Amino acid sequence: MTGSNLILTLTMAAPGGSGTGFDVGRMMAIIIAAIFVNNYVLSRFLGICPFLGVSKQLDSAVGMGAAVIFVMTLATLGSWTVYNLLLVPMGLTYLRTIAFILIIASLVQLVEMILQKFSPVLYQALGIFLPLITTNCAILGVAVLNIDEKYSLGYSLVNAVAAGIGFTLALVLMAGLRQRLELADVPPALRGKPIAFLVAGIMSIAFLGFAGLGG
Amino acid sequence: MSLAKDLTNGIFRENPIFKLALGMCPFLAVTTSVENALGMGAAATFVLICSNFLVSLLRNLIPSKVRIPCYIVIIATFVTLVDMVMNAYLPELHRSLGIFIPLIVVNCIILGRAEGFANRHPVLNSVADAVGMGIGFTLAMVILATFRELLGSGTWLNMNVLGRNYANQPLLIAILAPGAFILLGFILGVFNILEKRRGGAK
Repeated sequence: MTGSNLILTLTMAAPGGSGTGFDVGRMMAIIIAAIFVNNYVLSRFLGICPFLGVSKQLDSAVGMGAAVIFVMTLATLGSWTVYNLLLVPMGLTYLRTIAFILIIASLVQLVEMILQKFSPVLYQALGIFLPLITTNCAILGVAVLNIDEKYSLGYSLVNAVAAGIGFTLALVLMAGLRQRLELADVPPALRGKPIAFLVAGIMSIAFLGFAGLGG
Repeated sequence: MSLAKDLTNGIFRENPIFKLALGMCPFLAVTTSVENALGMGAAATFVLICSNFLVSLLRNLIPSKVRIPCYIVIIATFVTLVDMVMNAYLPELHRSLGIFIPLIVVNCIILGRAEGFANRHPVLNSVADAVGMGIGFTLAMVILATFRELLGSGTWLNMNVLGRNYANQPLLIAILAPGAFILLGFILGVFNILEKRRGGAK
């Protein structure tokens, strides 16, 4: 693959993709879909474990959200590049799942090491959330969905950032609600997990209202 | 510990969904119909049994420092296998489960059992544990899927149960995303009550 050919592949569509060039309208549609209409937590059911596990405190929810946006973008960059420039030309697309999970796991490790070395402040804030992210299915989910939808690299990155923002939005909203819920008089049988699911369900109904936005 | 005890452990006492709250994502996403729930359950159980078997077999060979990456590669291999077989023989089911087939890799139940059980127990016990956990997971999915399919489309395993009148105007929200959260919330609530009663009776 020559240099110019490579740049063409990176900026235009994925091989076999439908998109040509970069279209702001489509980009907006992807952003709105990923944050609101198909919110990764509340309508696609990706990343439920951290959504329930880390949503008890507002500040840890924000920290987790930031870590997810960060890793999601890097993971998309890595997985898209490996898939389209390595697996597709070599006819190894069936190795997709194995390749992606290894990319994500090693990426998380790398980010953790780099942060620890160069930005102790950021590491203090995000550090404890990073190991949890490897098994966050939203990360692998975004990587796989980008390939399934045949997005170009540009669209994939936009989708990843938007998906991360959508995840953070759901997490922060949930954390706020659960902090208020601590003071509420919940029937004993529903305390703990059950009420968290009921609240998530009601939030999910609210997000259903976005259906039809951005087509 | 006896084999039977390992087997039933995952079904009741440590049910992955109701007790340990692991593997929530596929659980909520694919329970729109009983058929999907059974398909997902079979796929996850297969991966669980194979990975537990292999991890247990290799438990003395894998250095403990790199064990998690090793487990992930083992699990991913079997997931790829399931993905390809399902795509070839059950294309319709494969399409409706969609992205959640590759996502079995990050299902916490499987990695959790590899790390928490197979890692320290002989092969036969590990396989028994995997079978139990797989049945427990499938059972939990079928319970939620039963409610969602009955309310959301009036059918059970594609058989019409509640009559045509209901099927024409079902409680659609049960099949949509909120229904999964809300129904699971109530089911967990009922489980809490049952548990409290049983505890009180002792």
